[in-house]
Amino acid sequence: MSYIKSFIDFLSAPTISFTLLTVAFPFIFPPSDYFEKKNRQWGVYKLWTNAGGFWVFVLITLFFIVGYFDPHFNLTMTKPDNIPIILMIYSMYFLTWLGMKKAYANDERLDRGEKPEEWNDPDDKVLVWPDLVYIELIALILFMVALIVWSILIPAPLEEPANPAATPNPSKAPWYFLGLQEMLVYFDPWLAGIVFPMFIIFGMMAIPYMDVNKKGEGYYSFKERRVGYFIFMYGWLVLWVFLIIIGTFFRGPNWNFFGPFEWWDPHKVVPLTNVNLSEYVWVKLLNKGLPVNIIARESVGFVAVIGYLFIMPILLAKTKLKHLYDHYGPVRYATLMLFGLTMFALPIKMYLRWMFNLKYIVAIPEWFFNI
Amino acid sequence: MAERKVIPKASINEGTGSDLDRKGFLSWLSIGWLAFVGATGGFFTVLIRFLFPNVLFEPPQSFKIGYPDDFTIGKVDTRFKKKHAVWVVRDEEGIYALSTVCTHLGCTPNWLEVEQKYKCPCHGSGFRKSGIHFEGPAPRPLERHAIYLAADGQIIVDKTKSFKWEKGEWEMSDSFLKI
Repeated sequence: MSYIKSFIDFLSAPTISFTLLTVAFPFIFPPSDYFEKKNRQWGVYKLWTNAGGFWVFVLITLFFIVGYFDPHFNLTMTKPDNIPIILMIYSMYFLTWLGMKKAYANDERLDRGEKPEEWNDPDDKVLVWPDLVYIELIALILFMVALIVWSILIPAPLEEPANPAATPNPSKAPWYFLGLQEMLVYFDPWLAGIVFPMFIIFGMMAIPYMDVNKKGEGYYSFKERRVGYFIFMYGWLVLWVFLIIIGTFFRGPNWNFFGPFEWWDPHKVVPLTNVNLSEYVWVKLLNKGLPVNIIARESVGFVAVIGYLFIMPILLAKTKLKHLYDHYGPVRYATLMLFGLTMFALPIKMYLRWMFNLKYIVAIPEWFFNI
Repeated sequence: MAERKVIPKASINEGTGSDLDRKGFLSWLSIGWLAFVGATGGFFTVLIRFLFPNVLFEPPQSFKIGYPDDFTIGKVDTRFKKKHAVWVVRDEEGIYALSTVCTHLGCTPNWLEVEQKYKCPCHGSGFRKSGIHFEGPAPRPLERHAIYLAADGQIIVDKTKSFKWEKGEWEMSDSFLKI
């Protein structure tokens, strides 16, 4: 058992778990024919059958049962703050499973040349008043009862009065902000705390204007919009939900990383020395001192950022994504690229930090401007 | 012969009793507008005043921390962290006072004696004993506060002045007490 536990601890290190998830993701939600073929070949699609759903449910539950009897994971798992996260893991899996199951069922119907399931008039149709409103009332009451029972059984995790001189260790944001807190490890506050959250909101508002594919409107379908499905699910499940799970269960004292069955040692030493890109280029590569002029010092970083966000999409529009550009037009293409590339900047920055200890690509602490 | 303006019958408000002409309307509008501006202005004045407390129970910004001999060479003194939010560090050359506010998002890091670093519990920023940042997301070193000797030989830390490394201010005389 201890072997399995240390293996899980090893797997859950963010470098490994994040890489595994990212690599596995296109096979689970195949965005192209190649991945679709592999998905069929290896039977990954069986995740969305009844049996697949059942076994994943059993696996998650087994993990939590083993975790409950583990002295270390028990502490994190049974913390009143973390119970919603356990519920979230279940509900996230259930909703993804349900959506994919319905989408696959519809895909098969469409393959046979039939209309999607939603075209059939359901035979359990009811009136809004009184049938639906009664159901809603009952649901409301049951929900209230559940919340009251929950609040009686598990008291609210109240702590001592706030004191600016004493920050709890580790200091965690409310669970729904743990994804943000995880982003803040890799970015400056103005980016991870202000620009990215705004981009998430505006980006989601822009989706219906960018993705004008009429197919899949009003019914579940995966095959008819697989690229959009893939990008959205990656942003949602990996870059948000998974980061919340990391922040809840895997971040311990001093914001160090701990496997689920590891003891939260407050003196765990993780050798880390982060270096800015300008230092890499000027000091380590060119063996010179840092230029005094700020713009000259950070020029490499500026070139990298502008190249990534602005030059690369223009080049892509002329070469590999020409088809998409012609189809989308300049405005929609530019919007898609801005939001899409900003989203993928997060995993890119995470890997740069993990692999090269890179702190900031552009680092101007003098102006509070770091990227 | 003066041309008489023909007013359509329907637009004459005969017998309604209303005598609000153009001038009257404008003066009523001005009074109404002024009243509105006054009320809104007053409301926001009160609201903004409310944000500033009447009494502040804060420790003084400038305070004595004892004599230079009270501090051991090579040690970080954490006694003033809770009340004044400064670490007092004594090294071979002298004494300096570091602010305990993390330069990433403002949490309070902890001094870890074994690892010889300040480590922030919020996002994992780490600072060396001198305050220089070396790990995690903090973009610049901790700030230093003004430190100097009083007439009675005690050390005074003045938090109203802070010295930023990235602006080259750690070279300034008050940022460091030579002993």
